[in-house]
Amino acid sequence: MKMHRGRIAAAALFLGCAAASAYAQGSATDEIARYRAMLADGNPAELVVARGEELWKTRRGAKNVSLEQCDFGLGAGVLKGAYAQMPRYFADADQVMDFESRLVWCMVNLQGMDRAAVTKNPYSGAGQRQTDLEALTAYGVEMSRGIPVNVPQSHPKERAAYDRGRYAFYMRGGPYDFSCATCHGVTGQRIRLQDLPNIAGNKPDADRAFTTWPAYRVSQGALRTMQWRLNDCFRQQRFPDLVFLSPTSVDLITFLGVNANGAKMDAPAIKR
Amino acid sequence: MKKQALWTALGLTVVAGCATYVAPTKEESTQAIKSSFNARGIAKLDRLDQTEIQAICSDAQRTGKEVPKAEREALEKKVLATIRYPADGKYLGDFKSGERIAQSGVGMQWSDSDKTVNGGNCYACHQLAPQEISHGNIGPTLLGYGKKRGYGEPVVRYTWGKIWNTHAFNLCSQMPRYGDAGILTEAQIKDVMALLLDPNSPVNK
Repeated sequence: MKMHRGRIAAAALFLGCAAASAYAQGSATDEIARYRAMLADGNPAELVVARGEELWKTRRGAKNVSLEQCDFGLGAGVLKGAYAQMPRYFADADQVMDFESRLVWCMVNLQGMDRAAVTKNPYSGAGQRQTDLEALTAYGVEMSRGIPVNVPQSHPKERAAYDRGRYAFYMRGGPYDFSCATCHGVTGQRIRLQDLPNIAGNKPDADRAFTTWPAYRVSQGALRTMQWRLNDCFRQQRFPDLVFLSPTSVDLITFLGVNANGAKMDAPAIKR
Repeated sequence: MKKQALWTALGLTVVAGCATYVAPTKEESTQAIKSSFNARGIAKLDRLDQTEIQAICSDAQRTGKEVPKAEREALEKKVLATIRYPADGKYLGDFKSGERIAQSGVGMQWSDSDKTVNGGNCYACHQLAPQEISHGNIGPTLLGYGKKRGYGEPVVRYTWGKIWNTHAFNLCSQMPRYGDAGILTEAQIKDVMALLLDPNSPVNK
């Protein structure tokens, strides 16, 4: 963010104070686009992906097995393309699960880890090493890169997840009266200079919103997952703390995923 | 004949089988949401209990059906009656402080504390002073606010009301209720008012 403001200020100075505001702003957004293109050159997420792959293949937990036999919906051990087809219904758990939920499920049921311990600190703090969950999720989504999103809606519980997710998307609440739709319901809107995707009503926006998470956040120096993204949206909405892997988190990811069906996964991405 | 009836019955069963999906009720959706959050810091679970207007406006946007005019106007009128105007009759504070409040986006998040001085975050959605080019566009531009509208009492009172509780003028407005919800203090609102309505404010230069 600091970097942004610096660039914006530099652009404004360059143009001179008398420049028309719209012109200055157009130029500032061009600068930001250039900055983003520069960032995309080398994505530190690659390092996180590499660590995730290592963790994936390491025998761990009470049962001393790797995650290589985890079933993400395409069969035991099939990771390629799995993220692009989640959330989906899993009969063994009798619930709809997003990638992160299923990952935890396998760590608990396949590897014999303690659920409470695994989910206690899912997100890394600023400047900290990525958590195992973040690294594994980064690896998981990397294995879907370039694959079209195909989040299923054939099971009644998958449809219910979508419908509840849609309901949550429009639910205004809290002291600021915000819903997800306050910021993500109209095309072409910005907060400050940050473009806001219209997730419910604009297909290219909806596509980008789903296919570019998880992402490496430059301003935080960390890889962030979709679960984190939703948690942080609700924090700014002035809602209480969205529980990691909670029903609403999975419902909203289902809503986002189905809205992005057909688009190609392009994550981990890199963002401001 | 009997055979045909049997096939018809079978066909109907299959059709019925495909149509058994029942969408979650509002209560079920709400229940799922209430089970998905933890109270954290200053953000307690009562924030998930919707006000009447939050519920009506959520339904309107989700279903794409506007709130009927009569209902909307009745609710707006009800809100208008709750607006608290400054007791001392002074509406304008310090525009420089107003600018700082307009720039600040903190307050009321679980990452803030009850000692955090809340900001108004006006620039997130509105253009105000021309020097600040990093402004959003969710709300209309407020550049030249007073210069365009004049500085008379009706404008001043309307602006105060709009900041205090926007729903009095536009039931489903996306703007927060800065006074009504206790986001800004009366003194802070006066400063933001000055940013908009002091002829010397950069907004009106």
